[in-house]
Amino acid sequence: MGMTIAEKIIARAAKKTSVRAGDIHTVELDRLMSNDGTSHLTVAKYNNLKNPRIADPGKLVWIVDHNVPSDSPKTAASQKVMRDFAREHGIDFYEGAGVCHQIMLEKYVCPGELIFGADSHTCAYGALGAFGTGVGNTDYLYAMVTGHSWVLVPETIRFNLTGKLPEGVTARDLILTIIGMIGANGANYKAMEFVGDGMKDLTISDRIAICNLCVEAGAKTALMEVDEVTLAYLKEHGREPKACFKSDDDAVFAAQYDIDLSTIVPIVAKPHFVDNVVPAKECTDVKIDEAFLGSCNNGRIEDLRLGASVIRGRHVAPGVRFLVVPASASVYRQALEEGILETFMEAGAIIMNPNCSVCWGSCQGVIGEGEVLISTGTRNFKGRAGHKDSFVYLGSAATVTASAVKGFIATADML
Amino acid sequence: MERFTGKVWLLGNDIDTDIIMPTEYLAFKTIDEMKPYAFSPLREDLAAKIKPGDIIVAGSNFGCGSSREQAPEVVKALGVKCIIAKSYARIFFRNAINNGLLLIENDELADDVKEGDTITVTVNEKIEYNGKEYPIVSLPDNLVEIIEAGGLVKAMRRRNGLD
Repeated sequence: MGMTIAEKIIARAAKKTSVRAGDIHTVELDRLMSNDGTSHLTVAKYNNLKNPRIADPGKLVWIVDHNVPSDSPKTAASQKVMRDFAREHGIDFYEGAGVCHQIMLEKYVCPGELIFGADSHTCAYGALGAFGTGVGNTDYLYAMVTGHSWVLVPETIRFNLTGKLPEGVTARDLILTIIGMIGANGANYKAMEFVGDGMKDLTISDRIAICNLCVEAGAKTALMEVDEVTLAYLKEHGREPKACFKSDDDAVFAAQYDIDLSTIVPIVAKPHFVDNVVPAKECTDVKIDEAFLGSCNNGRIEDLRLGASVIRGRHVAPGVRFLVVPASASVYRQALEEGILETFMEAGAIIMNPNCSVCWGSCQGVIGEGEVLISTGTRNFKGRAGHKDSFVYLGSAATVTASAVKGFIATADML
Repeated sequence: MERFTGKVWLLGNDIDTDIIMPTEYLAFKTIDEMKPYAFSPLREDLAAKIKPGDIIVAGSNFGCGSSREQAPEVVKALGVKCIIAKSYARIFFRNAINNGLLLIENDELADDVKEGDTITVTVNEKIEYNGKEYPIVSLPDNLVEIIEAGGLVKAMRRRNGLD
């Protein structure tokens, strides 16, 4: 019986010739990412251990991205704990360089790796054929100290993509459609694997947007095969695969879906769940107070280019705040060089420094009671972006930008 | 097996981590400071009403969302004896076990039980409510060891002879 990509990566990390979904294995981690959401808690727990040591500091990457720059004495204090610990232990450390997952994908993630991140959207790394999964800080601490952890080998749901996304429709619309289809726990404990002819037209940025959001269906990880597009991205960023895996023909899948990309339309997830999706055109009666273009899901240069193409020569609607937040410093620089930031500024947008920003609802663009946000962020849970009685709609970079121009939820073809 | 009786607080499906512990309060230094704000987006007064030994019963996908460990930590700090839900999001499941918070999966109880009623749990065996018994699946021994020790770090210390 063959193996899935998820099984092959865990077998490699467990040093076994084969593993099966449902098995529990002890695995060696290739990389351990943590951010300022919880690193200070990890440090506190580490300091409570007797004679603690880090198994391999070279595998650790610590990134301050949730509250950048720090917005209160409390966050300044927790970031100092993280910064000092990283310096003392020789841990790769970033601050102000962007959202953790974007930095990891630009600089670290290699196909075939098994990566723990103390952040739920670590599943994004499947875009490069790596098994990334989110853990809490105790699991992180255990892996950091021992170099190992235990994992339950997940079953895999496979999505066979065919055709091509229509003009103006994005990978973000595709993954929101899929989450709506299978539900917010439709892939709980499982891996989501994406294959098929439809993959060849999806850029790495598209693939990241798809994999990143799979945790919103409960997935443990998301995985894609390594192809020419992946290899070109890795070469451009000076890296090589550790191992390139494909699921065997006789691998066992929990479920399989065929999706024709040409049938996808612009989608919006309504409050307060990511699976509460409808075609964006059904939401044009929703007035907005704020629009957010950014996050690990949709803050890459491709997203900013798309937004800029929508807003060029137009202006943000009166009374609407439009926040544009590049996902990393390199995205920021490129957007600057391409004149994209100028386009947004001329249109009346507010350009922010690279960080999690509005998506995390703590330091920038927090919304007030009764306010409505349209966002390319990852979640629309109750209170996610501010006041508990506020409303978050999720949409693509094109939909968010068009909405900022109109002042209500709109698609780009309505401009 | 341990047996205990507790009062039920009944919650729905998809109780996410931002409801259990909203982002706004994560900057607090201690879990004790966060306690009053647990579940506040959903029910502002719930945290104040929960008493040690109470039990949370909920629908499917409990704990979906972020990896913030403050979510199970604050539930444990409120003195909640265990959560009984139809299913759990996987990161929350691991985080709860790692902090010694007992999670039980049961498909039916949430549909039958009324908030404020009392139920009796026999760990790894059954739940008793209103004259009816609800069987529960045993947790594996290694997870029971972690819960009994009060969390993963404590279990490892015990295993390594440090405590």
